[in-house]
Amino acid sequence: MATYALQRLIQSVFVLLAASIVVFLAVYGIGDPVEILVPPQASAAERAELMRRLGLDLPLWRQYLVFLWNALHGDLGRSFVHGVPAIDLILSRLPATFELVLLAMTIAIGVGIPVGLVAGLDTESRLSRTIMAGTVLGYSLPNFWKGMMLILVFAVLLGWLPTSGRGATVDILGLKTSLLTLDGLKHLILPALNLAIPNMALMIRLVAAGTAEAKAQDYVKYARAKGVRPRRIVGRHILRNILIPVVTVVGIEFGSLIAFSTITETVFAWPGMGKLLIDSIYQLDRPLVVAYIMLATFLFVSVNLVVDLLYAALDPRVRLAGEAA
Amino acid sequence: MSAVPVKPGDDTPLRERVLRRLRRQPTMRGALLVLAGIVALALIAPFLAPQNPYDLTAINVMDNRLPPGSKGMAGFTFWLGTDAQGRDLLSAIFYGLRTSLFVGLAATAGALTVGVTVGLAAAQFGGRIDALLMRVVDFILGFPSILVALVLLAAIGRGVDKVILAIVIVQWANYARLMRAAALVERRKEYIEAAVNQGLPTFYIMRAHLLPNSIGSVLVVATVSIAGAITLEATLSFLGVGVPVTEPSLGLLIANGFEFLLSGEYWISLFPGLALLFLIMSINVVGERLRRSFDAHRS
Repeated sequence: MATYALQRLIQSVFVLLAASIVVFLAVYGIGDPVEILVPPQASAAERAELMRRLGLDLPLWRQYLVFLWNALHGDLGRSFVHGVPAIDLILSRLPATFELVLLAMTIAIGVGIPVGLVAGLDTESRLSRTIMAGTVLGYSLPNFWKGMMLILVFAVLLGWLPTSGRGATVDILGLKTSLLTLDGLKHLILPALNLAIPNMALMIRLVAAGTAEAKAQDYVKYARAKGVRPRRIVGRHILRNILIPVVTVVGIEFGSLIAFSTITETVFAWPGMGKLLIDSIYQLDRPLVVAYIMLATFLFVSVNLVVDLLYAALDPRVRLAGEAA
Repeated sequence: MSAVPVKPGDDTPLRERVLRRLRRQPTMRGALLVLAGIVALALIAPFLAPQNPYDLTAINVMDNRLPPGSKGMAGFTFWLGTDAQGRDLLSAIFYGLRTSLFVGLAATAGALTVGVTVGLAAAQFGGRIDALLMRVVDFILGFPSILVALVLLAAIGRGVDKVILAIVIVQWANYARLMRAAALVERRKEYIEAAVNQGLPTFYIMRAHLLPNSIGSVLVVATVSIAGAITLEATLSFLGVGVPVTEPSLGLLIANGFEFLLSGEYWISLFPGLALLFLIMSINVVGERLRRSFDAHRS
């Protein structure tokens, strides 16, 4: 287990390093930041002075090393637009995104597992077919469009819920949250539901497929022959065996939820880090975009690492294969 | 001895069995009909559309945001209403379908070409080349495609060609992985061994034997992926980094109507949205059925 964990850790560091090179080249290699920073009437000497101050006169590989060194010390540059360290700005928006992602994941699991079980236990029934057709809609339609339809129905036509913003928040341990006020929850429910829909669909399909497969296994047949009650067969035998893929997907989808929150946050004007990214792109706020990607990459890589280690802990075959290789 | 390609005996029957099975399914027929209709609309849009939405002289700003069925200044009826610039929505949707379909098809074709080449090379040459190529594939697939495409377009700017490029970059790795897996299975078969023993050049074997016999499953997946590419384009355009405002795709049309949705002027977003819905759903149903029939007859 320790060998496997170490291997995966080293791999993760390499992925982060590779990502930092790609991001650096993509964002700093394209275009000239001096063009944006200096006024057009600046003299050649002023330009050269600014280039020197920003370290842009150095060869690209040395610029990269400076960038990497600063990044390792938690300095990902200063936002051009807001004039504060980019990382601080993103971290200040993190709680809003995090509560959105958390609630979305809860909805996806809370609805996905029971509905998937129902669909998987009798794959030929009309109900199961309807559910499966619905899941295709759930993950294939563009997320922004679903969000707009939710707004149209629940906010514009029915007038039950607000269309945008975060609503009232309360401070818990210095962090603002909308989860504990009625107004906050009202604002949160539509964006969280919208973010949850594709994952809910994925979870239903995953659980349904796993259930259909497990149902035909000998251990289920044996339990049934022994006279175990159907409820207990589902709860103890089937559900337990489909949990491994569910854990994996929950972990992997955590990253995609953060990515997709950019869309949901834009549609619902939710003040999270995804909306911040989109705004920074419009405002050509390069350091902020870079900081966001590096932070997001760090999150994805860490989550993948944790998932893989959990997976190895749950399923001995994985770590044995890893050590043999 | 002449180099007659040795094909496995069940190649043509498989294709025919799959098609025969598909013809029996009413859902499939319905979806194909819808899809054919949409493609036809997109192709003949210039002849069918009441107005050329790209021609600024044909558009009257005074006609802006008219509800469906109203008569405009030029005298003809806007059956689906107009957008904020006074564009006839029906015409805009026909032209938007063109852009969306073109981007989806071109991006899928591009990603397929790159992915299949890389996958084939990885399977054929193995060893270090394989390991290196697959590491790159893992790296790319490790990130959510929407985020990569978003940041890429933020760096290179918007445009139809750039959106296609971005989608190719985020999607080729999928095909590479599938193609490699399929080609590895195929490479173990006897006819390939026979071809190798005949001393046929490696590139000839790859092109004439390995490629045609292992690309089937990849092509089937690509069908569904066209819908994914169209969705990605629509999302990028909605976020404002996709196609330019002068050539609105369905996604951009929907985005343009978003601010008016809140004040109840629903049609600007709703109708392009429905067009997108039909397009994506029909491709999905066709692709999904195709995949299932293919899988069923393979095994």
